[in-house]
Amino acid sequence: MGANFTWVMIGCALIGAGASAVGVFSFLRKQALVGDAIAHSLLPGVALAFIIGGEKSIWVLFPGAFIAGWLSILSIEFITKSSKIKPDTAIAIVLTVFFGIGIVMLTHIQQSSYGNQSGLEDFLFGKAAAMLPSDIALFAIVDLVLISSIALTYPYLKLYSFDPEYSRAIGLPVRFIQFTLSSLTVLAVASGIQAVGVVLMSALIITPAAAARFFTSRLSQMIILAMLIGLVSAVGGVYISSLAFKMPTGPWVVMILSILAISAFVFAPSKGMVSRYNKRKEHQLKVRSENLLKLFFKLEEKGESNHFSRTELLNHRKFEGRDLETILKSLLGKRLLARSQDSFSLTEEGREEATRVVRIHRLWELYLNKRMSIAADHVHHDAEAIEHIITPELEQELLKDLGYPELDPHKQEIPGTKNLKP
Amino acid sequence: MIAFEAHNLTVSYDKQPVLWDIDFEIPEGKLVGIIGPNGSGKTTLIKAAMGILEADSGFVKIFEKSPDEIRERMGYVPQRQSVDWDFPATVMDITMMGRYRKGKLFGRLSKADREIAVDSLKRVGMYDFRDRQISELSGGQQQRVFIARSLAQQADIYLMDEPFVGIDAASEESILNILREMRSAGKTVIMVHHDLHTALEFFDWVVLLNTRLVAAGSKDEVLTEENLRTAYGGKLNVLSRIADLVKRQEYPLREEDSKE
Ligand SMILES: Nc1ncnc2c1ncn2[C@@H]1O[C@H](COP(=O)(O)OP(=O)(O)OP(=O)(O)O)[C@@H](O)[C@H]1O
Ligand SMILES: [Mg+2]
Repeated sequence: MGANFTWVMIGCALIGAGASAVGVFSFLRKQALVGDAIAHSLLPGVALAFIIGGEKSIWVLFPGAFIAGWLSILSIEFITKSSKIKPDTAIAIVLTVFFGIGIVMLTHIQQSSYGNQSGLEDFLFGKAAAMLPSDIALFAIVDLVLISSIALTYPYLKLYSFDPEYSRAIGLPVRFIQFTLSSLTVLAVASGIQAVGVVLMSALIITPAAAARFFTSRLSQMIILAMLIGLVSAVGGVYISSLAFKMPTGPWVVMILSILAISAFVFAPSKGMVSRYNKRKEHQLKVRSENLLKLFFKLEEKGESNHFSRTELLNHRKFEGRDLETILKSLLGKRLLARSQDSFSLTEEGREEATRVVRIHRLWELYLNKRMSIAADHVHHDAEAIEHIITPELEQELLKDLGYPELDPHKQEIPGTKNLKP
Repeated sequence: MIAFEAHNLTVSYDKQPVLWDIDFEIPEGKLVGIIGPNGSGKTTLIKAAMGILEADSGFVKIFEKSPDEIRERMGYVPQRQSVDWDFPATVMDITMMGRYRKGKLFGRLSKADREIAVDSLKRVGMYDFRDRQISELSGGQQQRVFIARSLAQQADIYLMDEPFVGIDAASEESILNILREMRSAGKTVIMVHHDLHTALEFFDWVVLLNTRLVAAGSKDEVLTEENLRTAYGGKLNVLSRIADLVKRQEYPLREEDSKE
């Protein structure tokens, strides 16, 4: 460890951040597989560069990787353009052919005079420790190119990623944008051959972007967050693999990436699974609570009494499992219901809320009946859903449109409209 | 002046022609409907005119020039489904895209551009949504954002692919009024349109397509029973007309409903 290890960490940080920034655009353009094809296709380039250059320095191998990556993109494009083969098939063909050739060349190198010392197989799954301080300069240059290109052409990249046809229609230099994006992607992927390896490098392109998308809906923030996630995973992966696990670096980087991505998927605020589940539950409870309030209102309307026991409530509406208890508890907590011994009644606020829901229900029925000419016996079902959604502003508009009506299509009173008249 | 000319235009996918030897002209200052059954090549015609698709033979001229020379003056509204609305961008972001130009170095926009975008949003009634994520819009609202983006282009000729799909009657009327105003200002608006009934009321010029050109000209000349039968074959019976009407009976509140 020591000084050299610090350099390795810095190198990995640069690689992780750069690759993730470019990856945001691959992700948004749904080109995840292209990244994978490029990564696998680097192998023959690396092998050939080694044979020609005779050494394992990244400065020698990187150009080979870059050219091979570009060739793979051109091959995919050529296959899709000149045949009926669909892009995903073309990607699979290019990936396997290039990678296959790469493995053959690798085997050849290992069996020939270069001997086993070549260590070229490290490029399959990555071995960050092989990084030299002098390599860091290369990664710094790559990052500089990546980030400044993105910053300079950001508006174009954004428009092109969202709507390529429109970009062409307004005469943007689409070929140039495509070329830029492809070059940046190849650069980013190629920079990871040492630290992550060709087999897993595409994860560092796509996964940070996918995770970042859960947290933000702003492209600029998404890029920064993805860079952060990529950086943390790359550095973290290298650190863990250095703890004498004698493992290649790539798998550890991907492990950390995956943990981060899965956490984002599950826990991210508002878009994560947990939060979405809670929101759904909340809405469900709201709907059910409003329905129970409505039941109180209607029973009162019939003039039966104001106090109802659980059994009476259950007689009028079906509740599953402990639903009734949950709803009662929530309504009691909000002081919309009051309880005396075993019976429940509406509080002042509860009656107001119940009135509101019933009013919207009947207003909507009337609206459907009057304005949309839907028969009176067909409007109830729709109103059951709408009553939980309509906002006060919309309610006002409905009231105004219908002239503050007092009776719904079933000739029942629409409660409380008088008080709402301006 | 001739605003739009298609000359012996043939366009194919995988060597299968979907537009065949199309030949017609549209004078300047008209509201034009491109009409035809599903798969008749309407979208293809628009894309060929915008230079998104290449023609096998023939060409399109806009104001007597090739589209490439005159893109600054061409506004475009693609079909809504042509993009992924889950893209991280706001309504304002998308509208501003209408201000990008080939010449503008690296796409930096000015304050004036911003004002034009704001004005376009106001005209389609989407200004209040300017900071909303596009993924949180209803279909009709997305469509209006696309129309706003094209208005921000401040073009002289507009090509729109079914701009009224999913838009409620009130918004349709107000957007139509914008288009009529533009026509009065001498602009040409060409749109793919699906509804034969409203076509009669909307347009003053109609292009009737079915892979081949069935007819093009003023609406009274083109929308004859015979032409329609040629274009739609036996498919155009009373039932489909009624189905069309029913489809248009959208709840006026649907857009508001879909708010979270
Ligand atoms: N990308 C494509 N590849 C192959 N064929 C296509 C492609 N796009 C359209 N086609 C075919 O070209 C024909 C014309 O399509 P086009 O989209 O222009 O029709 P349209 O008139 O716009 O139809 P619609 O009313 O359904 O929008 C159709 O038969 C369609 O199947
Ligand atoms: Mg179409």
